[in-house]
Amino acid sequence: MAKAMLVDVSKCIGCRSCQVACKQWHDLPAVSTKQEGTYENPPELSASTWTKIEFKEFGEDGTFRWLFRKHQCMHCTEASCVEVCPTGAVAHHDEFVEINQEWCIGCGYCVTACPFGAVHREPPKGTARKCVFCIDRVTNGLEPACAKACPTGAIQFGERADLVEAAHRRVQTLIAEGYSNAVLYGENELGGLGYLYVLTDRPSVFNLPENPEVATSMVSAQWFSGIGTAVLLAAVSFWLFFKRKKRIEAIQQSKTEGGAEE
Amino acid sequence: MELTRRDFLKLCGGTAGGAAILGMLGPESFLEAAPIDIPLRKRIGEKTTICCYCGVGCGAIVASDENGKAINIEGDPDHPINQGALCSKGTALIQVTNNERRLDRVSYRAPYSSDWEEVSWDWAIDKIARNIKKTRDENWTYKDEKGRVVNHTEAIGWDGSAAVNNEEAYLFTKFARALGITYLEHCARLCHSSTVAALGASFGRGAMTNHWIDIKNSNCIMIIGSNAAENHPLSFKWVTKAMEEGAKLISVDPRFTRTSSKADIYAKMRSGTDIAFIGGMIKYVIEDIEGHPENYNMTYIKEYTNATLLINPDFKGPADLDGLFCGYDASKRAYDRSKWVYQLDDKGIPKKDISLKDPNCVFQLLKKQFSRYDVDTVCSITGTPKDVYREVCETYAATGKPDKAATIIYAMGTTQHTYATQIIRSYSILQLLLGNIGIAGGGINAARGQSNVQGSTDHAILYHILPGYLKTPPPDDVDLEAYVKHYTPTSNDPLSANWWQNYKKYIVSLLKAWYGDAAVASNGFAYDYLPKVEGDHSHIAMAEAIENGVVKGLISPGHNTAVSGPNVNLEREGLGKLDWLVVSDLWESETAAFWKRPRTAPSQIKTEVFLLPAQASMEKEGSITNSGRWSQWRYKCCDGPDIARSDLWMVTELIKKMKELYDTEGGEYPDPILNLAWDYGDPPDVHKVAQEINGYDLETGQLLPSFANLKSDGTTSSGNWLYCGSYTEEGNMAARRDVTQTPAQANIGLYPNWAWCWPLNRRILYNRASVDLDGNPFAPDKSVIIWDPLLGKWVGDVPDGGWPPMFQQGTKLPFIMTSEGRAHLFATGEVLNDGPMPEHYEPWESPVKNLLSGIQSDPVVTIWKSLVKGDVSDYPIVATTYRVSEHWQAGQMTRNLPWLVELMPEMFVELSEELAEEKGIRNGGRVIVESARGKIEAVAVVTKRFSPFSIDGKKVHQIGMPWHWGYMGLSTGDSANMLTPNIGDANTTIPEYKAFLCNIRAK
Ligand code: SF4
Ligand code: SF4
Repeated sequence: MAKAMLVDVSKCIGCRSCQVACKQWHDLPAVSTKQEGTYENPPELSASTWTKIEFKEFGEDGTFRWLFRKHQCMHCTEASCVEVCPTGAVAHHDEFVEINQEWCIGCGYCVTACPFGAVHREPPKGTARKCVFCIDRVTNGLEPACAKACPTGAIQFGERADLVEAAHRRVQTLIAEGYSNAVLYGENELGGLGYLYVLTDRPSVFNLPENPEVATSMVSAQWFSGIGTAVLLAAVSFWLFFKRKKRIEAIQQSKTEGGAEE
Repeated sequence: MELTRRDFLKLCGGTAGGAAILGMLGPESFLEAAPIDIPLRKRIGEKTTICCYCGVGCGAIVASDENGKAINIEGDPDHPINQGALCSKGTALIQVTNNERRLDRVSYRAPYSSDWEEVSWDWAIDKIARNIKKTRDENWTYKDEKGRVVNHTEAIGWDGSAAVNNEEAYLFTKFARALGITYLEHCARLCHSSTVAALGASFGRGAMTNHWIDIKNSNCIMIIGSNAAENHPLSFKWVTKAMEEGAKLISVDPRFTRTSSKADIYAKMRSGTDIAFIGGMIKYVIEDIEGHPENYNMTYIKEYTNATLLINPDFKGPADLDGLFCGYDASKRAYDRSKWVYQLDDKGIPKKDISLKDPNCVFQLLKKQFSRYDVDTVCSITGTPKDVYREVCETYAATGKPDKAATIIYAMGTTQHTYATQIIRSYSILQLLLGNIGIAGGGINAARGQSNVQGSTDHAILYHILPGYLKTPPPDDVDLEAYVKHYTPTSNDPLSANWWQNYKKYIVSLLKAWYGDAAVASNGFAYDYLPKVEGDHSHIAMAEAIENGVVKGLISPGHNTAVSGPNVNLEREGLGKLDWLVVSDLWESETAAFWKRPRTAPSQIKTEVFLLPAQASMEKEGSITNSGRWSQWRYKCCDGPDIARSDLWMVTELIKKMKELYDTEGGEYPDPILNLAWDYGDPPDVHKVAQEINGYDLETGQLLPSFANLKSDGTTSSGNWLYCGSYTEEGNMAARRDVTQTPAQANIGLYPNWAWCWPLNRRILYNRASVDLDGNPFAPDKSVIIWDPLLGKWVGDVPDGGWPPMFQQGTKLPFIMTSEGRAHLFATGEVLNDGPMPEHYEPWESPVKNLLSGIQSDPVVTIWKSLVKGDVSDYPIVATTYRVSEHWQAGQMTRNLPWLVELMPEMFVELSEELAEEKGIRNGGRVIVESARGKIEAVAVVTKRFSPFSIDGKKVHQIGMPWHWGYMGLSTGDSANMLTPNIGDANTTIPEYKAFLCNIRAK
């Protein structure tokens, strides 16, 4: 059964525990920020910030709302990054989209292709990084770090089918409470997202594309057309071919020696 | 096996595959390399601790490596309050222990030096002990000028802390008293002293009545003077639960906050106008009670509150006297309170009128007092839109039905005003009229801001009390008998339990715990050893005493007064007048480094400063008490810097040295020091301290199970009677982690076997008011206790007084800590300084005239010599201070943590778009904010979340700013307290941090 996350913005208090929990578990460094007239920080996702809360002041006196939406890789089924990656470094592991750091050559195609702006490279020429769905925790029967940390249950981790059902119910409740534009996002977008959202308003209000598209053809065309790319591709393939053995050995070794402790 | 992050990602990535490459590499690579058992990056953790930040008291689990260094800290999934979650601060805990900015040496700053020098622990302890002794001996007073024995020194101040464990707080109190210190304070003065006074005056105990999980049982939650979503984020687990069940959330705040963002009703209210706001609600409820008594719990109002009791017919209030109560003496700025009393019958029992019609009954007096608080007047004062205000009144009053519950959650937006105690009194009155005290989902939930501020208050690091809320003896109480008589209330009413009649048992047991064999009946159990204190010795008074050279040495463990004090420029200067200053902390705090602050020449500052590296909460063992009175044990989980020590160790080393010095060299009044019982082993064993706090039967040597066992004849000891039962022969109750409950307990989330809660593990205070006269719950679906006639006892929570229901013989009224057994709508007698009922006054600095009376500001507050008042013509804008979710208090615990600094990097000021436009201020630009006390620079956050108020038809702007910043740490910035006035509450002198005047301009 596919797993997923459900972010219910109507329950998010913008505390950003999820943002810190991600850094804590993945040992990501703090980035240097400035106060630029908003609580939102860092301003962008980056190679060392895989998730963040977007803050938005919306509406006028009386109907005023302060919106918080957690942002990160959506783990799309039809994932642009997977489609455009020349080396296969970006790929699905079950329902999760992962980037093999060893295979990544830092070309940046996925960075450009992602319709959600969720993939970033460590400058100047680093590999692409993004939310990994805490795949180590998930495959060990734990919740992702952000979902666990969330005080209000605004982030739920679970069976996708259950979450979709719960989300539909929640949307109905919100509509009944007067959020007439409330909607479930991610159920069908891009073949279904790994992150589902209960939104209290239209997706665009939350900076989400109303009709996200897979960015395959364009980008693929670009790199398939280039001779250079072909050479690069060949080189990478050969390089990976030799790397592969080592990797499998490493996996087998880890299996025999048991779990990892840092 | 050791795996680096990169190794892991290889493994992790190796299980994934790309369609394009897959084909090229052949099938075997990805199929083989797709194991599901990806190893965890790190161990999750198994040792448990409690978060060191706010008073919610969330549990965390810690994993450490073979060197003792923490490698992972995350929420404790078994903890009933947070259930694995944590807020951003709690989630960043690992950066408290693993942080290169932690103090890694013992430091000493010589007079006039511009640098720290590294010294040894031995050297520092010896030098500090000698400094204390010298100052104490040179400034010792045996008798005051009236010839009364006082046995104290006014020359040493103690300031801190709510950040230490209970056992440390207890030893601080004990140590300071043995030294004869009178200026004894910690941050509880600055955050919730008004809570203790007001809730004590209303119900008998000065603490949060319910607990965090209980919020889920509420039908309506009013968050006023609190921004719980930001400052007590895990409270929102339970607010959210309640809302999922249909509860309404009301957010009352001058500014639209993260709390408001989740509210059903957001009511804006100008800072400092809470009494007007609540007063109007009280008026609404009283009128509705008269019109529709069937919608209210009349049994509760008549039987459990003092609504029916008659007050002295000569009593006059603000409705008669234009804003004043009777007995005011303008020359003394004080009241003669002799008419604020009950009419007594010939047996000495208060008279009553059960019909509530007598013009002198409390109900009628209340009605008269608040009759002036009509919607138009209230909204002209508060600036709340009238339709919104009416909606608040209706929604909230709907919980007057016997089976409905509403709770008030408040914090520093309430507690830090010149009339703060009276604001909390107004909450109490509202809640009592609605029958909301003692029931599940009800109560007054004072959100404590520090992890152990409840415990440090219980253990009395405060000049005016001894542990367990016993009173500090004044010089007029010449011996133990006089003192006990002074503070033991009497009641002639057989229905009143009058619990404080046990006062003597508690004070004698305390003296036995402190002075052991030296405390005997013939010397009044060493009563003379206790320093006698008269007059105000609270935070602001101490700052004045430092400024005036009365206090010459200051001990300040885990407290950062150079950021948190009101009018902080004055306090920073004061530190330079001290002979010596001792600070213990995890970081180089602003207080420790005051001599090198910006625009200061160290060469001009004489103060000797000691900076002692302390262990963080997860590096030592002990208990802390959360806001809901749960004492929870935390274990040593990891190691901090090698050199760091616990405060328990530091205070033990100090007393050892002091005893040695007084023993070998003599000195003034050495007896309380030499005879001080301090037998906890070496190094001190925190369990022995916890056991002393609990108390012993001195004849058998057994730990006592309950304060019911305490005696006044010297055969029992207890360091704090309220904690008697916390560490018994059955073990350490605070360490319990059992989540089992009966179905009725589980229904309301009581968790009676998790940790331990004072008093006697009672989770909901005053719970005998949750049942009718037959002992049946008013709200059967949320029963707290119920009388089981077969068993002949109460089941559910621990009953607040085990007597049978009211209809039976030998029963007692439910508010057992008040002398008449009822809760106080009207606080009689010598309890509050500024009135038996709340009355609206304007903040000390206000842009408008008081619309309710001719009395502009609270008539009894102390005006200190150093206080400067700003005029509205120079400073037309209302300002307030607050906190953000990502930082904590005076900032050193968060401004040194990179992840939190990333989230909130700089000091800022929030203002409305209208004001920004008037002043030509742009969002993100730099601004100067100025008050009569000082000026600061900050980044402007121009926001729709602030909007101007319409006050009496006039536009009034308000701005707000966090107060976390200072000149030390990873993120530095100006302190908001450079602007705040050093004026305090009429009852507890908690400073006015929340409403003052300023001006703002673009830089
Ligand atoms: S932890 Fe939860 S409540 Fe806090 S910001 Fe993240 S999603 Fe929102
Ligand atoms: S600061 Fe308070 S809410 Fe946040 S994790 Fe710590 S105890 Fe919980």
